[in-house]
Amino acid sequence: MTFRLDVIWRELPQFVHGLGNTVWLCAVSMALSLGLGVLFVVPLMSRRPYVRQAARAVVDAGRCVPFLLLTYLVYYALPSLGLSLDKWTAALITLVAYNTAYMAEILRAAWAHLPPGQTEAARAFGYTGTALFRRIILPQVLIAVGPVVGNQLIQLIKDSAFLSIITVPELTYAANSVQSFYFVPFESFLVATLLYWALCGGVEYLVRRGERLAAVVRRGHGH
Amino acid sequence: MLKWSTLLDLLHGAGITVAVSSLAIIAGVPLGLLLAIARTGGARPVRWLGAVYASFVRAAPVVTFTMLIFFGLPALGVSLDPLPAAVIALSLNTAAFNSEIWRAAIVDFPRGQLEAAQAVGMTRRLAFRRIVFPQIWRASLPALVNEMTLLIKASPAIAIIGVVDLTRKARQIAATTYEPLPPFVAAAILYGLALALLVAAARTVERHVRRRYVTL
Repeated sequence: MTFRLDVIWRELPQFVHGLGNTVWLCAVSMALSLGLGVLFVVPLMSRRPYVRQAARAVVDAGRCVPFLLLTYLVYYALPSLGLSLDKWTAALITLVAYNTAYMAEILRAAWAHLPPGQTEAARAFGYTGTALFRRIILPQVLIAVGPVVGNQLIQLIKDSAFLSIITVPELTYAANSVQSFYFVPFESFLVATLLYWALCGGVEYLVRRGERLAAVVRRGHGH
Repeated sequence: MLKWSTLLDLLHGAGITVAVSSLAIIAGVPLGLLLAIARTGGARPVRWLGAVYASFVRAAPVVTFTMLIFFGLPALGVSLDPLPAAVIALSLNTAAFNSEIWRAAIVDFPRGQLEAAQAVGMTRRLAFRRIVFPQIWRASLPALVNEMTLLIKASPAIAIIGVVDLTRKARQIAATTYEPLPPFVAAAILYGLALALLVAAARTVERHVRRRYVTL
């Protein structure tokens, strides 16, 4: 067997295009679900047990559904309820809905493990409710959560490969269309996998850089 | 609503999901241990190869990896049917994640015990079997079970090479009945049940282990 690098080289723009779509889909979804997760973490940490339990049930159920099944639900089942979506919107909704369940849980865990001192001090200074959450709790949670969000982003990037099944032209879809056109399956999927590897490596690198920055912020230079 | 015959059909798909995932777990857990042993105790090139394998496979989406195995290996002269290809792909995938779990347990293992084993004349192999392994499997169990749940959730990837698992079966039923909501919701419930059963079984084993042994 010969390794058909020439084909891969010729079709490189397709791979790059697919990689670009994977990157922006995952980046936008991660940003959106981080925001939604912040909204969702409030009922998860509510002092009223029934609110907390209801939120808990929703998050747990969300984390049980495989990504592909959720994609099918959004892309094929929502139209039967009268909500037809094109594949891009369906892809984004699936990524965000799926990821938000995980993000809410990640944020909750970080909040629950926050040292109580700062919150108590803030309460003593008269901070309550939204101000307490926005000014004191949330910034600490967001700093603490960095590396876990990085891992979750890698998970999201890998799950996004399922979107090729509803023909979203992301990286795996590009690899599949190149392989079926030229019949170079091994080369094509190997290159795609290497690109995922590089992408995940890049995320890990950024997380490590971010961690160093967070360490500086935590030390609180000058105070 | 779902008819009984349709539900039975769906359960058949669930059976395939459970069977393929179970085979992958049965192969992937010991394979991960071998990989971890190679990565911690092997010669330098073996360690390096193990590390590259684990890093590469852990970064690969399961769908892409499954297609690499099923469509790519025949180009190298190894032809596979969809079902064995699915089992192999999931086994190789979960083995990479399991090797990380085993490796962490091996690296964290208290050195003193190994030195004591050496002092009483145990070979490294015997010490591993009698001293190390009985302790690291108990320490690794929760993480291994967590990886099993992730594997079950990633298993719909095998549908792309034509294995009719639970997700693909639900999709087929949706396509033939023009009523997509019931089969998809039923499939989601079945996945939830499978994961809940697995987690409950793991909790029982963990409780039993805690009662029986003093853990690390």
